[in-house]
Amino acid sequence: MARYVMVIDTRRCVGCQDCVAACKTENGVPESYTRDWITETVDGEFPAPRLEIRSERCNHCENPPCVSCCPTGASHVHDRGGVVLVDRAKCIGCKACLAACPYDARFIHPDGYADKCTFCIHRVERGLDPACVSVCPTHCMHFGDRDDPFSEVSRLLASRPHHTLLPEAGTGPCIAYLT
Amino acid sequence: MPDLSRRRFLKITASALAAAGVAGKLGGAVVDRVEKVARSGIRKIPTLCDLCFWKCGAIAYVRDGQLWKIEGNPADPLSRGRLCPRGTGGVGAHYDPDRLRAPLIRVSQRGEEKWQEVTWDEALDYIAQRMQRIKAEHGPESMALFAHGIGGNFFRHTFKAYGSPNIAAPSFAQCRGPRDVGFNLTFGDEVGSPERTDIANADCLVLIGTHLGENMHNTQVQEFATAVGRGASIIVVDPRFSVAASKAKYYLPIKPGTDLALLLAWMHVIVKEGLYDRDYVAKYGFGFEQFAAALETATPEWAFPETGIDPETIRATAREMARYRPATLVHPGRHVNWYGNDAQRSRAVALLNALLGSWGRRGGMYVPVGFDVPGYPHPPYPKPGRGPVDNPGKKYPFASEALTTGIRDATLTGQPYPIKGWFVYATNLLNSLPDQAATIRALQQLDLVVVVDVIPSEIAGWADVVLPESVYLERYDDLSTNLFREPFLGLRQPVVESPQDQKPNWWIARRLAGKLGLEAFFPWKDIEEYLEYRLKAAGHSLAEIKREGIIPGAPKPIYFEDGAPAEFGTPSGKIEFYSTQLQKAGFDPVPRYTPPEAGPPGAFRLLFGRAPVHSFSRTQTNPILADLMSENAVWVNAVAARRLGLKSGDYVRLRHQDGVISNRVRVKATERIRPDCVYMVHGFGHTSRGLRRAYLKGASDAQMMSRYRTDPLMGGTGMNVNFVTLESEA
Repeated sequence: MARYVMVIDTRRCVGCQDCVAACKTENGVPESYTRDWITETVDGEFPAPRLEIRSERCNHCENPPCVSCCPTGASHVHDRGGVVLVDRAKCIGCKACLAACPYDARFIHPDGYADKCTFCIHRVERGLDPACVSVCPTHCMHFGDRDDPFSEVSRLLASRPHHTLLPEAGTGPCIAYLT
Repeated sequence: MPDLSRRRFLKITASALAAAGVAGKLGGAVVDRVEKVARSGIRKIPTLCDLCFWKCGAIAYVRDGQLWKIEGNPADPLSRGRLCPRGTGGVGAHYDPDRLRAPLIRVSQRGEEKWQEVTWDEALDYIAQRMQRIKAEHGPESMALFAHGIGGNFFRHTFKAYGSPNIAAPSFAQCRGPRDVGFNLTFGDEVGSPERTDIANADCLVLIGTHLGENMHNTQVQEFATAVGRGASIIVVDPRFSVAASKAKYYLPIKPGTDLALLLAWMHVIVKEGLYDRDYVAKYGFGFEQFAAALETATPEWAFPETGIDPETIRATAREMARYRPATLVHPGRHVNWYGNDAQRSRAVALLNALLGSWGRRGGMYVPVGFDVPGYPHPPYPKPGRGPVDNPGKKYPFASEALTTGIRDATLTGQPYPIKGWFVYATNLLNSLPDQAATIRALQQLDLVVVVDVIPSEIAGWADVVLPESVYLERYDDLSTNLFREPFLGLRQPVVESPQDQKPNWWIARRLAGKLGLEAFFPWKDIEEYLEYRLKAAGHSLAEIKREGIIPGAPKPIYFEDGAPAEFGTPSGKIEFYSTQLQKAGFDPVPRYTPPEAGPPGAFRLLFGRAPVHSFSRTQTNPILADLMSENAVWVNAVAARRLGLKSGDYVRLRHQDGVISNRVRVKATERIRPDCVYMVHGFGHTSRGLRRAYLKGASDAQMMSRYRTDPLMGGTGMNVNFVTLESEA
């Protein structure tokens, strides 16, 4: 079984939002919506603050609350890589998943269904990286199979300190940030 | 918006846009086809990006005849297969509903933005008649051309054929000019564009007055990330804790305007402690003893009260640079017009690199190489009857390009001779030149104002004739023949058709030349014939470059140690630590520091810079890029903001010391800036009503630049000399 994860190197990331732009064109995300975004966290005081810049999106959780709360089964775990997807035909736009997601990763598409990052599964199934990963000018993003000990993501997770977002929520987020 | 989530904020933005009636074509044209990846209907066409001047190689994807997405061209040495966010969002330039659609002729007072659509022939006849009248009454020198970028090549050609020597761009006096002059005085050569910075191989990178990562020059940012990933030692000097500062080993929160004091103190330490590259200096240097003597008093203790950087940090960072030389790169920056002493400041950056032996060396500044591509033959240009108007009497003796502000001065004063017409291509002069009021006064005095642009920019609002250009995805441009690490040629070619009556620059320039009786200067029938000729002359073909987008050349040595020529185009033929040129012209032969003028009590110095998702004031209506950043904010130190009762998200207006008041802009209260200055990203606060998506979003730093200080060496306009206070906006 593959377990797809994203590993993002916050040391290299400059927060340029190329990942956001690429997602919008690749996936035709409607104007005024985005499936991924940049967050900046500042700790400490001038002149010695600490800044972490993160490219964020759906965490494709191992225990996805958006899936367990979905009344129609539209939100589901894909049989490949544990990717969390939405079946538009089944979605009734009830927003239960929006409320359940601790990462605020979802929105209601103007066409009425819940929408979010797909890890670009349509690209991954053709052997490509997700659009955001493939365009990043700083090469700060990595995508792969965490269950493969020889994958680049496994190597990075084994060799570099990292953290995930809201681990205390117990969702098992599958995006890790190298620090 | 404290209690709104990010997504909900976006949704509110969306409904506000819809209410204003500016729902974009993007929504309909692209979005309806979400994820229906019909692979059979996809064509990939290589071209060159034009969201900034970097000219990255790109591959555009056209799906079922519609532009879908744009990626980097892996064959291109600049993009290496990855574009920056602007390049990726370039799709939005094609679909932007705010684009200019047809030629326009003004029907009311200049600047009122009232137009009538006309045909191309009507528009060009109107321009040609007035240009001929100006030529007859005042001489062709009285027409000035302002043109930015490669797209301006054919207009420059038409204007030279017409007989005007007055051709300028803000890229010199408002941008990189001081750097070019400072480096030329020192090394006899310029840094170039793309810059000859070997960031990828630098073991120590010094960023002083440049914010790579926010300043999104693709190749440089890619190499910056490489350097960070390699663990290079990074030293950042900036009044603002930039993104780059967050990656740095040393962050020096310098007092604005005092860079030169720090640079001199660094050099003092490196010379005093004998840390410089003695062999390199002995072999290539000129006037080192006089230079060293001039640094005698520039101790770290002297620099401390000026810069706010303590002497031990100055010493530690100087030693850090010396430890890694010659693979220490003190980045020359690009936009360097700040305090009016900028050429000497850039010269100090050049001298520091010279001490470290980094010019011409791996990890420093390499020797760029390129293709030699012959031009298309044309008759000789007529010799203008009078010289350029911008720098009378060589008032600025080291100006190496024409000064936009000098042409503006001549327009206002009629001296040394009158300027009667402005033809403006792809540069929003109202947002790029300081002192907007002076630009407007100049515009009001002209007999003819023509603007060629893709969107209704502020300068277009003042034109008599507005000519809508095809965006880069819809046109050919002249060949790209950059100097870089390796020789290569790049081609911009059309990917999709223009949606309305827009035309490419080459067509406009050629057609106008025809109406001016200058058809002999355009002996080719279309751009493909022109490109084919040039490519054949270089041993290649149009078909080849259309297919690949890029033609690579054979590598050549780019480091002195590998045999690249160590040649210096200075009077001494060496690296001039002491400049007799400057001494003879009455300037400091070794840079000397003078403190910046303080502002009024309680006022903040206004600093400006870049965001990675926008270029100048040219991209704010792009629907994709506007989604990434739709307005700017004014950065205020968190403590200063608390003192003023301001918090992040509050609206304020900036009040300039001369009374100018800005549009409302949100506060970003942050620990990432000094308390004596505020900062804004350039390019927002648009006032052109045609820019519906960007109209009055954020504030314009350009509007606040009512003062500037002119560089006595080369006429650059230092713009960080403006002070503002903040007024709450309920």
